[in-house]
This record gives sequence, C-alpha cells and structure tokens, in this order.
Amino acid sequence: MILVYIESQNGKIKKSSLEAISFGQQLKTLTGLELGLLASQTTDTAVLADMNVRSLAEQQLDSQDPVTVAQFIAAAFNECGASHLVLSGNSLGKAVAGVIAAKLKAALLSGVKEVLQHNGKICFKKSVFSGKANAIYSIPGSKAVISIMPNSVAIVRGGATQIEKKNLNIALTGGKYKINSLDLQSGKTPLTEAEVVVSAGRGMKDPSNWGMIEELADLLGATTACSRPVADIGWRPHHEHVGQTGIAIRPNVYIAIGISGAIQHLAGVNSSRKIIVINKDPEAPFFKAADYGVVGDLFDVVPKLNAAIKKSKSENS
Amino acid sequence: MEFLVCISKTPDTTAKIAFDAGLTKFVEEGVSFILNPYDEWYALVRAVELKEKLGGKVSVVHVGEAGSDQMIRKALAIGADQAFRIDCKPKDSYDVAQQIAEFCKGKSFELIFLGKETIDHNGSEVGAMLAGLLDLPFVSYCNKLEVEADKINVSREVEGGVELSTVSMPCVVSAAKGLAEQRIPNMKGIMESKNKPLEVLSPVNTEATIVLEQFELPPAKTGAKMIAPDDIDGLVNVLKNDLKLF
Ligand SMILES: Cc1cc2nc3c(=O)[nH]c(=O)nc-3n(C[C@H](O)[C@H](O)[C@H](O)COP(=O)(O)OP(=O)(O)OC[C@H]3O[C@@H](n4cnc5c(N)ncnc54)[C@H](O)[C@@H]3O)c2cc1C
Repeated sequence: MILVYIESQNGKIKKSSLEAISFGQQLKTLTGLELGLLASQTTDTAVLADMNVRSLAEQQLDSQDPVTVAQFIAAAFNECGASHLVLSGNSLGKAVAGVIAAKLKAALLSGVKEVLQHNGKICFKKSVFSGKANAIYSIPGSKAVISIMPNSVAIVRGGATQIEKKNLNIALTGGKYKINSLDLQSGKTPLTEAEVVVSAGRGMKDPSNWGMIEELADLLGATTACSRPVADIGWRPHHEHVGQTGIAIRPNVYIAIGISGAIQHLAGVNSSRKIIVINKDPEAPFFKAADYGVVGDLFDVVPKLNAAIKKSKSENS
Repeated sequence: MEFLVCISKTPDTTAKIAFDAGLTKFVEEGVSFILNPYDEWYALVRAVELKEKLGGKVSVVHVGEAGSDQMIRKALAIGADQAFRIDCKPKDSYDVAQQIAEFCKGKSFELIFLGKETIDHNGSEVGAMLAGLLDLPFVSYCNKLEVEADKINVSREVEGGVELSTVSMPCVVSAAKGLAEQRIPNMKGIMESKNKPLEVLSPVNTEATIVLEQFELPPAKTGAKMIAPDDIDGLVNVLKNDLKLF
C-alpha cells in the first residue's frame, strides 16, 4: 500500500500535500497498489472530496516536532502494512524522510519530480547537480520513502469518493525536541511554494528602490526574492536569497530584474518553468537561461510595466 | 565536548556537468572537486567555533577513497583535530549513513554536524538517515545553534518563517547558511594539518538501496523570446496571455 503523509496549516491541507497525493495517485496507477492517507493531526478532508482517496488514518499528536512526527510516521507505516511512503520534500519532509527510511530500512529518494516507466521498471526522476541535470533511479527493494520536490507535481482532481477515517493510537516517547516558537510571516506565500516570483539583484543600486519590485510582485500575486550579494549587504532579508547557497525554488514563472545570472544564482532557479529576464546588458548570462528577455534599463521598464499592468487590470474589471 | 563533522566531496560549483555515452556515469575528468561548501563553511566552522569556546575535540569523517585526502587535510587546516576516512566508494546516501553510523558506535560524539545538502546530489539525506540509524534527534537546515548544558538551542528556517527549538544532545545537525561564516585556512593551520592524524578505516558491507538507471541533461533553452524595452504592451501581453499571470 502507498501511504501519503499530509500536513495542514490553519486547518487547511497544504498545497504541497495535495501534490504528494497526486504523485501517490500516479504511483498507484503504475503499481496497482492501494493508496491511503496519513496525518498527524485531525484533518478537515473537505478539499479531498474529488481527489479519489478512500482512507485516512490520523492521530492528533501532542507535538508536531520532527522527531515525534518521524517516530509516528514510521510506526504508522508498519501498522498500515505500507510499502511506499510519499510525503512533501518541504522543510518537514527534509527533517523526517531520512529518519523514517533508516528506521524502516527502506530506500530513500528525496526531491523527486516525477514517477515514470523506464527500462521496464518503475523509476523516479529527480534533479541533481543543483538543477544542471536529472537522474532517474529505480528501487530494487520492496520498501521506499519518496519525498516530492515542492511545486513539481500538478494537482489532479476528479473521482469523487467518500473518505473513511481511522484513528490511530500509537504510543510515542517524544520529549527530545521541543519547539519553543514558530514565527510565520503572515499573508505571504513562502518562496518554495510560490508560483510566481519577482526577484531583483545588484542592478537595483539601492535598497530604497525596491518599491517598484514589491509593487510588481503585488500586482502579479508573486513572492519577492533576491540575489546573494543583495542579501549579504543587507539590502534585503536573508530568507529572500535564492541560489546555490540560498534556497532553491521552482515557480511557474521567475522574473529576474537586474540580476546577471551567475551560475550559482541559476543553480537555485533554473528549474523554474518560465524565466523572464530584464537586464540592461545584452551579454548578461541570464539571457541564455531565459524564455523571455528585455534588454533595457530596469528603472525605465519596471515602473512602466507596473503602470501598464494596472491599466490592463482596470480595463478588465 | 566531542564534535563530529561529516564531510563530503563534490564537483566545484562552476564545474561543467557531462555524462558518458550511456548516460550512466558522471564524467569526472577535468572536473575539480571541493569540500562540499555547506560542510565546510557552516558545519565545520560552527563545530570549530564551539570547540574554541567550550573546549573539546573536533573529528571529521569522510566516506570515500584516497583521492579525498587532500580535501580532508583542508578540513584539518580549518581547525578539525583529527580525521577518519572510511575507505570505499559509497553506493548511495544510505551507504554513507550506514558507514558513519557504524563508525560512531562505541564513541561518544555529542554533536554531529553535516551540511544541509551536497551540491551534487542535493539530497539532504545522509544526516536524517544517520540520526535514524543512531536513534538521535535530527535538526535539519539549522541556521543558529548555541549549546546550553546538555541541550542545544537552535533556529531553522521553515516555509515562510523561523522555528526556534531546544533539542537534547547527542543529536545530529544539518547546517544551513547563517550557522557560521566561511573561514579561509591560514598558514599556521595548513602547516599543522600536515601532522594531524588521518586514520583510514575499512568499510562495513552494505547493499545499494537505489539504482541509477540514467542521467539526463535538461533540454537546452532554445533562446529567449526578446521583447523591445519600449514594447511595454508586448511584455504585458506575455504576462497576461502567455503566462496567465492576471
Ligand atoms: C560558492 C558561491 C556561491 C554563491 N551562491 C550564490 C547564490 O546562492 N545566489 C546568488 O544569487 N549568488 C550566489 N553567488 C554569487 C554569484 O556568483 C554572483 O556574484 C551573484 O549572483 C551576482 O548577483 P547580481 O546578479 O545581483 O549582481 P551582479 O552580478 O552585479 O549583476 C547585476 C546585474 O544588473 C544589471 N543591471 C545593472 N543596472 C541595471 C539597470 N539599470 N537596469 C537593468 N539591469 C541593470 C547588470 O547588467 C548586471 O547584469 C555565489 C558565489 C559563489 C562563489
């Protein structure tokens, strides 16, 4: 059986978990195995009504710390008689997937983007070498833990079903990892989950110029990001830094403004589905990785673009 | 305190990525290998800083062949006291974790550090598996760490925010940006590293848990569609109609 671990935030199942379910469905189609969900908190299943899932095993844990969650998932895997565990490769997934795999003596593939049939085997594709290549792996054993790269699997709906909930009652030891506080910036979509990202670099000249970047991001419902030097000199907060040493993202659209496109920057963003580059230097390496390019002065192009988007939006409404 | 830092070797950031004709082997010729930046800049340096503050010893362990010795000496030059190399070509990250877990048995490391990921496989796997095998708590993507008696106070970045936690030692910590600042080895460190112990150990037997079937290079971009800087309507059209952003 394929067990998909799902998480909720503010009472809603996370998008990354819906992606994990959709991945689980593809794996189910290829293997013929059954699929069930697992949650470590009481879950509102309303959004799952048309996702073709029939069972959810859940237990409200006292603590959602990664040590307790890993212990819980590993025990639940055995109790449900599962062979495959699928979960999001988000920050929780990164903290628990390997722990669970080691406890279960299961193979681990992390950051998987796709399941496919290859050489007559069921295989898993993931990006390697910081986005510069893909690798396709098969799993010789019977047990596997698979974490999914956020934003890489399309959410598939269709197939209305009744979900049967089952309560688990697994005894957990806990106590070694205590979360003291979880400070979430409200309102903004985290970079790793953002579908549209507007990013800017040293070409901005001064931190006071970022108003136009934030305005463009607001107009497009995007999250803002930046290049490393800009975070290093304190123009922008560190959590916006994308690239090799920052975070790796794969939004649907990445808009790079005043960023040269150094290889270490590209390492974190080259899996984006579409890349738009605005740079005044026609030789900027970023253009080679771009789908759309504008060679122009950002101080001229971006304000005009913002005005034109506003105009276009008001004409539509 | 006893610190262990697990270090790995990766192709240099700017290395050209190429594969053999069968697309099953990474072509290593002409590629320069480095100490994985996350292991070096953040994990190792934080361990050395804590040793300088609290006393104790920093050991480094690497699973790999003799070709890695120069890289291991660099870790010693940065400030590790002794090194161990488990002599084998690892089959996968589970193998690495098993070799290190076996090495840790009977020793009393209180803090085990490694980088949040390697820049070649980007798996973030070894630390978590090592923690699972040793039954220790695992702190992933840690960007701040202070020791307080038998516990550590840590901060880590999670989607859209920051988590602050207290974790019992011994434990395994994967290091992200912010945990420490890169240190360039100085002349004294380099001289001393030559005389620090590097012990070579035999591996334990393990079996591969995943099999690489094929590498593939992502399709090359066919060239960007260029829009003139004064064609703002063209750009709006792309955002609106091609990409459906509003
Ligand atoms: C080991 C290592 C790891 C690294 N990791 C990262 C990482 O994770 N992320 C990262 O981003 N970098 C990383 N770097 C740094 C990277 O090599 C580059 O130095 C950095 O990305 C450059 O940032 P930038 O593009 O903002 O600045 P610059 O390279 O200075 O580029 C500024 C760009 O803005 C353009 N510009 C200037 N004025 C205007 C204008 N008025 N209108 C339009 N365009 C304009 C210029 O043409 C130029 O292309 C790393 C480097 C190393 C060695």
